[in-house]
Amino acid sequence: MSGQSAATLRKQPATSPSVKRVLSWGRYPKTAHHHVHKPAWNDQVPEILRAAAPGSLLPYGLGRSYGDSCLNAGRELIDCRRLNRILGFDESNGTVRCEGGVSLSDIIDVFLPNGWFLPVTPGTRFVTVGGAIANDVHGKNHHCAGTFGAHVRQIGLHRSNDGLVICNCGENPDMLHATIGGLGLTGMIAWADIQLKRVAGPWIDAELVPFHSLNSFLDLSRESNDRFEYTVAWLDCFAGKNPRGIFFRGNHAADHGKEFHPKRGPKLPFALPAWLLNRYSVKAFNTAYYRIHAAKKGTAVVPYDSFFYPLDSIQQWNLLYGRQGFLQYQCVIPETNLEAFEELLDRIARSGMGSFLGVLKQFGSAPPAGMLSFPRPGLTIALDFAMRGERTLKLMQSLDEIVQQSGGALYPAKDARMSPALFEASFPHWRGFVPYIDPKMSSSFWRRVTGAQEQ
Amino acid sequence: MTVTPHPTTWRPAATPAVSMKKIIILGATSGMALEVQRQLAHQGRELLLVARSPQRLAELQTDLAVRGAQQVLTYSADLASIQQHTAIFEFARHNFPDFDTVLLAYGSMHDQKESEGSVDVLLEELRVNFVSAAAILTLFAADLERRRTGCLAAITSVAGDRGRRSNFVYGSAKGALSLFLQGLRSRLHPAGVRVITIKPGPVQTPMTDHLRNSERFADPEQVAHDIVGALDRRSPDVLYTPKVWRYIMTAVQQIPETIFKRLSF
Repeated sequence: MSGQSAATLRKQPATSPSVKRVLSWGRYPKTAHHHVHKPAWNDQVPEILRAAAPGSLLPYGLGRSYGDSCLNAGRELIDCRRLNRILGFDESNGTVRCEGGVSLSDIIDVFLPNGWFLPVTPGTRFVTVGGAIANDVHGKNHHCAGTFGAHVRQIGLHRSNDGLVICNCGENPDMLHATIGGLGLTGMIAWADIQLKRVAGPWIDAELVPFHSLNSFLDLSRESNDRFEYTVAWLDCFAGKNPRGIFFRGNHAADHGKEFHPKRGPKLPFALPAWLLNRYSVKAFNTAYYRIHAAKKGTAVVPYDSFFYPLDSIQQWNLLYGRQGFLQYQCVIPETNLEAFEELLDRIARSGMGSFLGVLKQFGSAPPAGMLSFPRPGLTIALDFAMRGERTLKLMQSLDEIVQQSGGALYPAKDARMSPALFEASFPHWRGFVPYIDPKMSSSFWRRVTGAQEQ
Repeated sequence: MTVTPHPTTWRPAATPAVSMKKIIILGATSGMALEVQRQLAHQGRELLLVARSPQRLAELQTDLAVRGAQQVLTYSADLASIQQHTAIFEFARHNFPDFDTVLLAYGSMHDQKESEGSVDVLLEELRVNFVSAAAILTLFAADLERRRTGCLAAITSVAGDRGRRSNFVYGSAKGALSLFLQGLRSRLHPAGVRVITIKPGPVQTPMTDHLRNSERFADPEQVAHDIVGALDRRSPDVLYTPKVWRYIMTAVQQIPETIFKRLSF
């Protein structure tokens, strides 16, 4: 499917009564699904699993995966969003039991006022707990807290062949290990116990530091990782081998009694025309972004949402990239191979196709929480590319070569096009995961990277 | 797992409860009720939930307590069965005394064609959506009238405003309920008891999933927000939600019958 141009895909019939158009966050590929189940209660799930054909189902949450890992083209999805109840909370240790469709946003709204926060949070709060587990998401505190999966104490998993399976480190530990980062393929998460963490309030002591080269980024990162719980950098990907950027670091602030007012940002009502984002407008944006933030360098106390979720302030920002959508590229490259990283940045800069969302982070050395977890020691970068057909795909293929040769890996949650060879190189042990797949589950991504057509 | 009260560090200002404090929800597991309850819980209200499945009620009870409801009671009963109504009412009177608001939120929507082919299905549809609703509202109306306080609200439908070819069995049941509420409002007015008729347009809930274009229906969160707002305020007597349906239905009601009978929607 990824070989076809976006233009021909767009001409597919959008909706007939039995065909459901469901998109991922990148709005590419454009897929149609045969049916979308929408259970409102966990007691309805076993029947859905029982009645399904082998390899026909995939759980779907808030659709924030960028590529096709949350899609199941031509088959069926189980929309988990109505399974959004909190089933228990243990105040003594901060463990919350919630259904798979509860969003991280919801957890924050309910528990932050009482002094509890997510142990790990990705760059958007609009993901479900099930999705956060299935992709074993990471955040700005990976260097000290590991991934989301490391804070999952227990999972109740609907399996088509053996009912509700309880997975924790004593009972079915392998199934727990497979489900974390398991891309939704091991079954459907009925509920999960998540370990929240104590915080004093909704404020972050944040600091902005401008930097002008990859080495100065690394120095900053190494120096900061001991003193700051959260570190991340924004990178101007038009600057090539010696990129400029802004390093963000922060810690939860002590409660200082200031009143906090959550606010809701504007919303993009429709897909913007594609020409609006071109190399000149994006370059100008990046320069402005850099200057504004460099001028703000130093420390400030900021609300948690602007620190963790700057993009959430514009609802549906993905429509910025126009009707053809966009692709995200997130790879990790070992730190021992800095030249490869420089080469990658150089190719992106020379292509002139990069965008304003260059995010750079040094991963920590925590052991992976799941069999197919993406984070591993090294430098990770995430970049958006507007979908412009063949030339976008060609550029990304040339980046793949660098990643593969350097011993790096690509992040399935962001991918819509990696080759089976690169998947194999990124996750050499994936065959060990196969026995844990629920026979009724499959996904567009899985069929694409493993060539499992009939599965 | 247990639910314990939390020490508050900070909390966004909740809307102050004006008149409504203790709310009974009839049909607590319906798609619309789920969203309404969640917003009421967030405002720290007290709730009594009535629905069939004890398992689902238990799940809701924990969820709403964690989300801030001051008290959540549940009672498992089949609202469609009129014989069970007295037990429901007695439970409420004894275990949830001084309740001030009753929201009727259950209903069923069979396929129109099914109820044209089977009198049993037709009668069931009328019984659930109108007869049982009128019965239980009457029980609660007498109590509120005696106490000269409170509010009765029921979710009917814009489908009850005009009989359409594609949905008139469900529509006539809901229309009858709207008419019933109209009279009840007049009866209870001297006692100072409010009666609110809630007429939602099509909303994305499990009840409407099988309909065409259901993904374009209104967001239940928005509809629930309107309902909670109506419960809290003095006006209006009849709530259309989303608001645009008041205008749409005004227009639809103007179409002469000679033309309307030819329309297939």
